[in-house]
Amino acid sequence: MDQQILNAIFIGSIYALFAVGYTLVFGVLDILNLAHSAVFMLGAALTYSLVINHGQSFLVACIIGVAASGLMGLVIEHVCLRPLRRRRAPPIAALISTVGLALIIVAAIEQGQRGTLFGWLWVDGANSVAFPPGTIPNPTWHIGDLTLEASKVAVIPISVALMLALGYVIRYTQVGRALRAVAENPRAARLMGLDVDRMISLTVVISSALGGVAGILFGVALGDISPYIGRDNVEVRGLAVIVLGGMGSIPGAVVGGYLLGLIEVFAVVALGSGARGGVAFAALFLMLVLRPQGLFGAQLREKI
Amino acid sequence: MDFFIQLFSDPVAFWNSHTLLIAQIGINSILASSMFLVLYSGQLSLAAPGFMAIGAYTSVLMDQYWHTPLALNIAAGVFLAGVLGLLVGLPVLRLRGVFLAIATIGFIEALRLGVILNVPITGEGLGLKNLSADPLGGIYLVLVSLVVVLFVVWRLTKGRVGAAWAAIRQDELAALSQGIDVARYKMIAFVLSAILAGFAGALEAHLNFFVDPGDAQYGVARAVQILTFAVLGGSGYVLGPVVGALIITLLPWIFQAQGIYINIVTGVFLIAVIIFRPQGIVGRGGLAIIRPAWWPRRSRAHAPSPG
Repeated sequence: MDQQILNAIFIGSIYALFAVGYTLVFGVLDILNLAHSAVFMLGAALTYSLVINHGQSFLVACIIGVAASGLMGLVIEHVCLRPLRRRRAPPIAALISTVGLALIIVAAIEQGQRGTLFGWLWVDGANSVAFPPGTIPNPTWHIGDLTLEASKVAVIPISVALMLALGYVIRYTQVGRALRAVAENPRAARLMGLDVDRMISLTVVISSALGGVAGILFGVALGDISPYIGRDNVEVRGLAVIVLGGMGSIPGAVVGGYLLGLIEVFAVVALGSGARGGVAFAALFLMLVLRPQGLFGAQLREKI
Repeated sequence: MDFFIQLFSDPVAFWNSHTLLIAQIGINSILASSMFLVLYSGQLSLAAPGFMAIGAYTSVLMDQYWHTPLALNIAAGVFLAGVLGLLVGLPVLRLRGVFLAIATIGFIEALRLGVILNVPITGEGLGLKNLSADPLGGIYLVLVSLVVVLFVVWRLTKGRVGAAWAAIRQDELAALSQGIDVARYKMIAFVLSAILAGFAGALEAHLNFFVDPGDAQYGVARAVQILTFAVLGGSGYVLGPVVGALIITLLPWIFQAQGIYINIVTGVFLIAVIIFRPQGIVGRGGLAIIRPAWWPRRSRAHAPSPG
């Protein structure tokens, strides 16, 4: 049972880190960035490819992977979001444009074979791969009944540190204050002399970089890197997490992530492995029906 | 390209060799109309695949166990989808915008992952064989149904109900203050949309020998696809979502020449359409596309006079 709780905290950390990025963009822009799960996958795939196919060290690969994810944030903003803001399109249009970008990113990885257009990015096509043992030092300890693998245990402090850092930046720094102003009221923020577009770019870049980190942690710890890890593991669960915690609330996303990890693990223990997905979504549905603002949401925003 | 050449040079051969594709376009158009109904009344509901699953599984299981006639099977599927629409609508229709979308995603995935994949009668993850499927004969049923559905939806939007929906979509509070029973009209749209989705699901099951409980069939991927039909086609007019369904279903044929890069080209296409025509392909502004910021402006003297 202790092992199950540890697993819940470990997978919950990844959910939380992923969802923090999701909710950050929603909080500032009131838009669901459906390309976020593709960026999650891209971070993992690129890091793997740099180590295995390009002979980089793991650390360098991670740095490039995170940087590329952040850069993808700029692409999301400039291709999918800013043109629609300029045209005052309804937020529903951003759902379609980010889905389009997610399709492109996943397809680029999916088609990556030696000799194809994206062969430099990925050569394993639609297959699921894992870092071969020994690529990354992964000592394993046994304490009582518990099995502690370094690659899984490390996920917890890394995600907690990143989320604390983000919380600090948003709460206590000048940049964070500007971000909150833009989230509260973009027009007033502009009148106060803030460069709103720049703050939004920054938001999407931070969000995507965090998504990339979450993807790398997922890929390393679970030994599953494929073009579909984002879609299959976090895309919709990320929604469940931000709803559980309250849309747009960062502490909410953190708590929601761990809560979802616990719910899923206990569902598996109590009802068998088939229940894992269904229970999460039933929880999501119930939460929205009973307490739509989530655990930490202050008020419901009524925008589409 | 051969695809379109054949369409014009030899329509009969085209019909014979692409019957299934045409039927799929018909079904997707009915789904697009289902999405149109909720969007037209200002609700971003992604519940359609859940109701499709109800329609499909009900009709196929009835056929398998009781050998009842097709019409009765479809009717039962549609009826159950409508009842479930009412039951789901009661709690979720208080939600708006993205919250409604996410709640309906919760509904479809809880239904698919929690119920369909865990109840032995549905064949769980293995899917369900449908031995009485009629892929070629079913097309007439699909096309006739599509025409009827489009006519009914179009009449609805032109009538009292449609006026109420439009008012709710534009400003729910104002509609309420005008004495419109907002909750009731939203529920009407939601249940009708569930009925159409259940109907499309039952029809689709009738065309296939196999009911597949995958994500692309009854999961989020399908929901997003149906939303794309409506938004890309234009959700302000009845025909918009149908045009969207037609184009998106045909994309694999349109971009056939791009081979393995087809999904990349499709993604670029989706982004380009939504950026240059956020209101959808069928919508206000005729054929004009919205000029991107970097596009050189034409001087006034050369611009065509409006109207």
